[in-house]
Amino acid sequence: MERITIDPVTRLEGHGKIEIFLDPDGEVANAYFQIPELRGFERFCVGRPVEEMPTLTNRICGVCPEAHHMAAAKAADAVYHVDPPPAGKLLRELLYSAFFFTDHTTHFYALGGPDFVVGPDAPAAERNILGVIGKVGMEVGGKVIEARKRGHEVIEMIGGRKIHPASAVPGGMTQGITEEQRAEIEKFGRWAIEFGQFSLGIFDKIVLGNEAYKEMVLSDGYTHRTYYMGMVDPNNKVNFYDGQISIMSPDGERVGTYAPADYRDWIAERVEPWTYLKFPYLKKVGWKGFVDGADSGVYCATPLSRLNTADGMATPLAQAAYERFFDTLAPKPEAGGKRLVHHRLATHWARLIELLYAAERVVELAKDPDIASPNVRTVPTEKPTEGVGTVEAPRGTLTHHYWTDERGILTAVNLVVGTTNNYAPMAMSIKKAAQSLIHKGTVVHQGLLNRVEMAFRLYDPCFGCATHSLPGEMPLRVAIRNSDGEVVDVLSQNC
Amino acid sequence: MSPTARSKPAAKPAAKPTAKPAAKPAAKPTAKPAAKPKLAIFGAASCGGCDIAIVNIHEHILEVAAAFDIVLWPTVMDGKYSDIEAMEDGEITITLVSGSMRTDETVHLSKLLRRKSKFMVAFGSCASEGCIPGLANLTPRKEILDTAFSTSSTDNPDGIRPVWEFEAPEGILHLPEFEPMLRTLDQVVDVDYTIPGCPPESEQIWAALQAVVAALKGTGPLPPKGSILGAGESTVCDECARKRDVKKIDRFVRIQQVAAFDPEICLLEQGLPCNGPATRNGCGALCPSVSAPCIGCYGAAEGVVDYGARLMSAYASVIEATKPEEIDKILDGIPDPAGQFYRFSLAGSLLRGSRSAWQSDGE
Repeated sequence: MERITIDPVTRLEGHGKIEIFLDPDGEVANAYFQIPELRGFERFCVGRPVEEMPTLTNRICGVCPEAHHMAAAKAADAVYHVDPPPAGKLLRELLYSAFFFTDHTTHFYALGGPDFVVGPDAPAAERNILGVIGKVGMEVGGKVIEARKRGHEVIEMIGGRKIHPASAVPGGMTQGITEEQRAEIEKFGRWAIEFGQFSLGIFDKIVLGNEAYKEMVLSDGYTHRTYYMGMVDPNNKVNFYDGQISIMSPDGERVGTYAPADYRDWIAERVEPWTYLKFPYLKKVGWKGFVDGADSGVYCATPLSRLNTADGMATPLAQAAYERFFDTLAPKPEAGGKRLVHHRLATHWARLIELLYAAERVVELAKDPDIASPNVRTVPTEKPTEGVGTVEAPRGTLTHHYWTDERGILTAVNLVVGTTNNYAPMAMSIKKAAQSLIHKGTVVHQGLLNRVEMAFRLYDPCFGCATHSLPGEMPLRVAIRNSDGEVVDVLSQNC
Repeated sequence: MSPTARSKPAAKPAAKPTAKPAAKPAAKPTAKPAAKPKLAIFGAASCGGCDIAIVNIHEHILEVAAAFDIVLWPTVMDGKYSDIEAMEDGEITITLVSGSMRTDETVHLSKLLRRKSKFMVAFGSCASEGCIPGLANLTPRKEILDTAFSTSSTDNPDGIRPVWEFEAPEGILHLPEFEPMLRTLDQVVDVDYTIPGCPPESEQIWAALQAVVAALKGTGPLPPKGSILGAGESTVCDECARKRDVKKIDRFVRIQQVAAFDPEICLLEQGLPCNGPATRNGCGALCPSVSAPCIGCYGAAEGVVDYGARLMSAYASVIEATKPEEIDKILDGIPDPAGQFYRFSLAGSLLRGSRSAWQSDGE
């Protein structure tokens, strides 16, 4: 491997780097989206005891540690061939639902939503949480702060900590909750349902009530027809914590539904020498490059994907919102029979429907007669071997796969992380934005940056999982090169 | 954490900041008085948890925005590294760096920010002691890359690895170099203060920021260089509610082997390897409060030179065994000593990593 000393000026490239190459006519020949960082969890977790994994892998991502915590605990259950008692599973899902509510709130109001709420044409300096408060008023801002605060308090109540929880272990949870805590969580859930409805109302008013925004949501520039992935319960309803993984074709046909442990029959990860992040794709369709359509193995795993993949939501208010979502954006079914929304900006709407589901689920779980049982752990008795644990992270299907020796010491680790699923679709969205805004060597500067940025944010990319940038705040540097490879233009943002 | 504190926040954020910062966003780019101290928040190789912990000071974030001119914080504000380069040396009053030094790019940016800043703060475990990603220093770099790009779901028959410079058909593409060893911030630049924790607790962050603001205004003392901010001066055990009977143990247990621990009694005295005795207090002993052991994320307690050595001696003091074979049997209960004793502190420890990682020079 050749060691190159990179010139300090060109190293100032932020943490998402895009290289766009033009052909001799000044049209886009190709675009590369590079992820410039790696930490190496799959290697340095080897040699550690498997019960450490929920703690160690929390540190993959401080934005969605709960997802890694749960995937790791489920994989460790599988390694020990142990099934947690009902209260153990319910408590995990309760923590996880509170987390989904909190995380989707953060994304809609602080990270992705400002594009809509403050407006896509507003200066970048105003498209942030402070800008949202400026637009919608401090009353709403205060509600958002309260939602994040109360959500984190429930996470801490069950998980011990607000960030990087500590309580999921092989076989269940470290301890149960008291009746008093249960009642407190139920109260939070009821408040969260109201907040979810209120948030959908804001989306209605600001986005659906604005013809220009609606047009943008439906525009071709933000449309991709790819495969979709999502976890479903036995009734094909969306589930975040447990279930089977289902794949929907771009033509609305259910390609298959599989047990998470069989993931390697369905997906593979491609390596490119110009980036540290891998590109997962559907193995049965194959890697055909960065292209749309039923012949390309590229798939997407987001809130939109989950709604496209499932037949509905398991709670009543979210189900009503689900119906309205498809009635509005995709009234007619695809050839394969399922209604699908391919407009990627609709991911923001889908996220709010999931937020409402998470809130309803908090109440359901808090009311479960087993939830406050002290029996939250099953002690493993079988010899540890190998196991897979999968959950839906807010940003896509997350899989942990561990192999251990007979003492439960890890001998190999494989991680397919949420955001990674969407790496190829994101690269495609960038290329599409570039192609529509660069012609004959002329670049629409702010337009291109806005388009690229919005294309990112709808995926809620969490390169904390792969690198360290926070969702929606990918520092960007776009270099545009002519057919001789010379840089003719540089655009940058947040870097 | 306490359920009783819950009712307050509903009214507070709505009432408090309305008067001042609600009008801020629109005014932000132009209306800032030049005299405000400049604050930069930079994330090197990190998980983002430190940034979320800062956001979790909730309504106080508006007060931070009012007290400082935030020149760089990719999480919340627009800011450009090129603007930082153009600044005078020392122009930024205070820079918080979270994350570890993993690539040549993060090293470069940290050096740049050091030059431009009066005070440099190692924020959180990664920056101050390497954190869990520092366990990578047990392995030669080549093995880390080989593993990541050949896992069992990876389709890579040609053994492709990312390269720092790649000749694509259209031109050369560069990647920052994954360095042979992960480093802490103070192994790269001079550090003024440290805020420990993985991540630091939000209440502690707010307290530390308030102290900094007071010092800048001249209404409070400036902490001496090298101070640990936002933490205590003893150990997690001191703030843990569990009872210690100075009881000896004859074996260590792994957490999954016990259906439930006594909620009142010290976890270490129930045989669970808990890192409390060697770890700095400041978190409020959160993990033991849900019957999980302290994992040591607040780093070494005051006066401790080597975290692992201190923890080993703490364990030795609770073990009841005299014969070598008894001791061996007890130590079998700690199947991963490197991970147990240096889970968060390896990269910042005296050894920094394993011999194989040191000797490999990355190859």
